[in-house]
Amino acid sequence: MLQVAWLIPLLPFIAFWVILFRGRRLPGEGAYVAIGALGLSGLLSLVILGQVMFGGRYQATMVWATMGDRPLAVGYAVDPLTAVMLFVVTVVGSLIFIYSVGYMHGDPRYPRFFAYLSLFAASMLLLVLANNFLVLYAGWELVGLCSYLLIGFWFERPAAARASMKAFVTTRVGDFFMFLGILLLFFTVGSLQFDAVFAAVQTGSLAGPLLTLAAVLIFGGAVGKSAQIPLHVWLPDAMEGPTPVSALIHAATMVAAGVYLVARTYALFFSSPDHLALTVVAYIGGLTALMAATIGIVQDDIKRVLAYSTISQLGYMMLGLGVLGYTAGVFHLMTHAFFKALLFLAAGSVIHAMNTNDIKEMGGLAKVMPVTYVTMLVGGLALAGVPPFAGFWSKDEILLEAYHHDRTLFYLGAAGAFVTAFYVFRMIFYTFTGSLRSHTAHPHESPQVMTVPLIVLAAFSGVIGLVGAPWPLVGNMFHRFVHFEAAEGVPFDLRFAALSTAIAGAGILAAAVVYRWQLVSSATLRRVLAPAYAVLVHKYWWDEFYAVSVVRPVVWVAQQLRTFDVYAIDGAVNAIGVVFVWLSRLYRVFDLYVVDGAVNLVGWLAKAAGGRLRHVQTGRAQNYLLVIALGVIVLAVIGLTR
Amino acid sequence: MQVGLSSYLIVAALLFCLGLYGVLTRRNAVAILMGIELMLNAANINLVAFNRFVAPAAVAGQVFALVIITLAACEAAVGLALVMAAYRSLETIQVDEINLMKW
Amino acid sequence: MGELAAFMILSLVTLIPAVVVVTSSNIVRAALSLVPTFLGVTGLYVMLQAEFVAGIQVLIYAGAITVLILFVIMLTEGGTGVRTRQLNDQVPLGAMAAVWLAFVLIVIFTRTGWPTAAGVLPAYNVVAVGNAFLSDYVLIFEVTSVVLLVSLVGAIVIARRED
Repeated sequence: MLQVAWLIPLLPFIAFWVILFRGRRLPGEGAYVAIGALGLSGLLSLVILGQVMFGGRYQATMVWATMGDRPLAVGYAVDPLTAVMLFVVTVVGSLIFIYSVGYMHGDPRYPRFFAYLSLFAASMLLLVLANNFLVLYAGWELVGLCSYLLIGFWFERPAAARASMKAFVTTRVGDFFMFLGILLLFFTVGSLQFDAVFAAVQTGSLAGPLLTLAAVLIFGGAVGKSAQIPLHVWLPDAMEGPTPVSALIHAATMVAAGVYLVARTYALFFSSPDHLALTVVAYIGGLTALMAATIGIVQDDIKRVLAYSTISQLGYMMLGLGVLGYTAGVFHLMTHAFFKALLFLAAGSVIHAMNTNDIKEMGGLAKVMPVTYVTMLVGGLALAGVPPFAGFWSKDEILLEAYHHDRTLFYLGAAGAFVTAFYVFRMIFYTFTGSLRSHTAHPHESPQVMTVPLIVLAAFSGVIGLVGAPWPLVGNMFHRFVHFEAAEGVPFDLRFAALSTAIAGAGILAAAVVYRWQLVSSATLRRVLAPAYAVLVHKYWWDEFYAVSVVRPVVWVAQQLRTFDVYAIDGAVNAIGVVFVWLSRLYRVFDLYVVDGAVNLVGWLAKAAGGRLRHVQTGRAQNYLLVIALGVIVLAVIGLTR
Repeated sequence: MQVGLSSYLIVAALLFCLGLYGVLTRRNAVAILMGIELMLNAANINLVAFNRFVAPAAVAGQVFALVIITLAACEAAVGLALVMAAYRSLETIQVDEINLMKW
Repeated sequence: MGELAAFMILSLVTLIPAVVVVTSSNIVRAALSLVPTFLGVTGLYVMLQAEFVAGIQVLIYAGAITVLILFVIMLTEGGTGVRTRQLNDQVPLGAMAAVWLAFVLIVIFTRTGWPTAAGVLPAYNVVAVGNAFLSDYVLIFEVTSVVLLVSLVGAIVIARRED
């Protein structure tokens, strides 16, 4: 089955085209086609995952074009990392697709939504299967395109249109660096194959500052895609898209691509002198984790809370990768995919019921939406890092690695973990406990097509972490499956696990004190911590910073250019136009009196000659006969006198 | 004095020229047809005379004369029918007054 | 001598009525003058020992065609006695052309040395003509028949009243 791995991205890709052209005429208006295609890919992925577990590896390469003497190859490879990613993308994706059937019900562009979703999944799967930078980059850009299409799916809303453009442009900045990095690799190594590049790193033909530069440039792409500081600004705005899209972007496809990229090219980062590239990754990840988490505290929009949570968790993955916790980072990527998809879909279910995103309007939903409540609680516990839920095992491992690698990073991560537990339970308490604050809404439980994926995802979120748990006898199974030889993980530490559980518990407790039991009013907190609150509400002024540092200069330059354009270029063009108008007036005079005169003269001559000559044509046969007779006489006389 | 070929030819030429004069000067379509008959007769005299004086053994000249007489009859019939038709529709047979097709 | 006198008389009988034919302002007189002209030509045929052609000349020209012309004159304005101008405005030029052509033709005929061959015509040349028509000239004979048929039909169609 490994040989047919190429079918996995192809099936959703075919579904995309079929839905695009057949649309509403398909069963389920295209939804069943999309779900069926991705479901088949999912089955295939499961089989492949099983085969890879028992040691199966496969790689296929085909030369696509030759640039000079350097062949450009395309191909795909199946290894443990790929297998895990395929499993996550297809399973989470399929559940999100199913959920979308209920969520998008009645949308005027319903089939197109599924077409885009299919293309999104296909692109991500292509990216994951790639065995060289070229194919990876193609999938990478396709993912960017799909995010643009899907975030702006409700493009009638100006906010959605703006958000889609912001996402596209911001990620393009990162992509630009990544492209530079790929070019650098191509011109130093001469090949884009992962194997060739890693071999070059191994043999030392690519080393030193150049290697660090290449790694950091490639990390630039990951920063854009995975919304790390300083390119994280697009992701909260991307909440303007439909909720299943948010779930897909945040859990399985788009943002995971950045982490996957770093994991895939880990050899580059690892081999950079003094782990310099890894340190960059770790610090950006750690700062992102804490900063995004703190912003999450003050958000009132349920999806924005989750958006900042995603940024924060992606920071954790980067942190994990950066502190030599390769397995921990990838493991967190997998667990996060499940519980974040769960949280988003649960949030979507809430929004579906309430028709608002504002958690301050909600309250007491636990009674009317028990399934949503329980599943969201599972997701929240997983996110906060409470054992035995998924998030605990991965986050604990990351913090453990950080602790042994760099204390500063550990403190960043630990603070982030506390804040994470705090904001997620603030959200849950606001939403599900107390009493309903909105008087217009009539909440109700969502249909089964939405709750069933929730339950499935909740089940996964509950148990998927156990594959990375330190079992007696077999040890950490996930670690044995996905690992990077040179970066061996730190063994499980029970006391440390207790510490990280305590941090999560403290966060939950603090949230409960403020928002459940209301021992301390949130208003009082705001007053006391006014400066900090201002910083958080303004999201550390990142958008304002970009407005001043990037947008305003660019607009200023554009205005100057426009002025130049209007007065200099348009002026020149208009001057040329005026000159030619005058020239053509001259030509018109010439044309009227000389050319037309000549033509008219010829016509007049012909007419006058005809007027004279027509008298010869009397129309009387006797005249003609007379002329014939005279002609005969003349001829005869000529014949006689000769 | 023997009457030679030239004598017959001269008589035929005079008859032909009289017919030509009629054709050229007459206004009446029937009169023009009569002129044409005279010219045909002149040609026939020539044919028979040549037959008699140049190749007496063969009768080719007479054969052609007979064919011309036949065709003259045809021409007279068709021509006079045309005159009838013209008279019926135009009330005239003066050829210079028949100018419907003239620009 | 006798032959020359006969030739002169026949020539005059042919040419003088012909002058009347082309000059008379009375169209009926002109038509009737055709008869002596045709008969004069008949006499010339007899002198040229073409008896069959002469017979046909009498039958077709003097008989049929003259009568046909007279009929048409009667059926058109000619028979109503209306006097109209019979000559058009190119009489001087036409006369000049006719005279000059006659002059030129006579000059040519007299100056040309004709290759006269001594020979005897077939004694009873109707047989010879008949043989020639049905052997050497059978194609002409048949085509002439077709032309005759076509003109017969055409004349009927053209002269027929429209109603």
